[in-house]
Amino acid sequence: MIELSGVHKSFGSKQILRGVDLSVARGESFVIIGGSGTGKSVTLKCILGLIAPDQGVIKVDGEEVTQTGDRDAFLSRFGMLFQGAALFDSIPVWQNVAFRLLRGTLKRPHSEAREIAIEKLRRVGLSPDVADQFPAELSGGMQKRVGLARAIAADPEIIFFDEPTTGLDPIMAGVINDLIREIVVEMGATAMTITHDMTSVRAIADKVAMLHGGKIRWTGKAADIDSGQDPYVQQFITGAPTGPIETLR
Amino acid sequence: MTTGLTSNAVTRLLATIGRTSLGALAGIGRIVLFALSTLRHMVTPPFYLREFTQSLINVGFLSLPVVGLTALFTGGALALQIYSGGSRFSVEAVVPQIVAIGMVRELGPVLVGLMIAARVTASVAAEIATMKVTEQIDALVTLSTHPMKYLTVPRVLAGLISVPLLVAVGDIIGIFGGWLLATQSLGFNPATYLQNTVNFLEPSDIISSLAKGAAFGFIATLMGCYYGMQSGRGAQGVGNATKSSVVAAAILILAANFILTQAFFAI
Repeated sequence: MIELSGVHKSFGSKQILRGVDLSVARGESFVIIGGSGTGKSVTLKCILGLIAPDQGVIKVDGEEVTQTGDRDAFLSRFGMLFQGAALFDSIPVWQNVAFRLLRGTLKRPHSEAREIAIEKLRRVGLSPDVADQFPAELSGGMQKRVGLARAIAADPEIIFFDEPTTGLDPIMAGVINDLIREIVVEMGATAMTITHDMTSVRAIADKVAMLHGGKIRWTGKAADIDSGQDPYVQQFITGAPTGPIETLR
Repeated sequence: MTTGLTSNAVTRLLATIGRTSLGALAGIGRIVLFALSTLRHMVTPPFYLREFTQSLINVGFLSLPVVGLTALFTGGALALQIYSGGSRFSVEAVVPQIVAIGMVRELGPVLVGLMIAARVTASVAAEIATMKVTEQIDALVTLSTHPMKYLTVPRVLAGLISVPLLVAVGDIIGIFGGWLLATQSLGFNPATYLQNTVNFLEPSDIISSLAKGAAFGFIATLMGCYYGMQSGRGAQGVGNATKSSVVAAAILILAANFILTQAFFAI
């Protein structure tokens, strides 16, 4: 469903992606792991067209993302949960969740959009009284849930999760992981998650890829990650301070 | 040896001048392209009425107190200066006419423009820059909403429409400030002062005032949006975007004022 081949991206003299190749099948929960600054977020943003790659081809259902004629129609297939939730401060929670349903091609009547938003909030474990609050009034965990509700509000085919558990306590992280897994299975959506949290990987992933040095270093089933022989993957999952991955001290 | 060193220093100096000039030209080019893109998005759907109404309230209505107070004090001070300076030539009687022409043609639009640059440009730049660093702009794109249409167009359109109205209010309050001081402290007759003001002003004075207001409103809001969208990362990025937006808006407003004054009143 999603295919990347030879994707390169640099910012100034800093080369982030040096030829990323990967393939995500329909309905699969695909997780990219890798250290901070290895280009995981850049990869997601290239797929969405938020950043233009310097080289390489990115296809969704065989269509090159840079060649899509109707950008709105293309983006309406996606939902995304951002690392910091990226909720709009100036509008209440329900309008954040129903943002896509209040404008554009998916526009619904106000009351119907609100009902859907409240239903999605309930789905992520938030009560309807949160609907009229503003994002700044919510805790980090609640903001992530609202971000998740917004990502699934228009029932997208593909959902991206950018560091879904960063900044959360372990219990809340576990709750978010379970929610993501349940929702992806329930909706039959294709999911792509980027994280460096191995608990997330084990809870969410069908398939895992490790990004290191701007390239995909290893790809395999989530169940095989612990038994894999790749020294980079082993160092990453065990968190060993010494190994092939250079660390600053 | 000495010639070689001098030649190197000259080359370095020329390179620095070249780099700075190219950087400045590239910056101007980016701002012009941003302005053209804003104008294009202004006339193509979708239009976000709710965001436009909110911007209208923020840019126009909520700026009324600062504009009113600035104009009131400036009008009073202007009347006093003209009276004091005019007394040297025994032409104190021209206070109403000079206050009117000074406020309407020049001080009203410029002071309102600068106040909008301080209040609105800074807040727009800080808001959009914060949205950028917290990925809210990226979130807008993923939600099939064009940031130019959702963030820039409503604000710039609100500036274009509401700032001329603010200038009109500023002109009236400035003239009122002059009238208040002249009638209470300088012994002018209230009715005659107003009569002289109304008789002296010409339609072209008022048109130029409102046209300057529209231009300054466009510049002030455009700079806020542009620098907000160009913001770097973190708190420093937001701070720099805010500072640069206010500086650029103030300079461009003063430059535009000179150009428009030339266009309207050059003899």
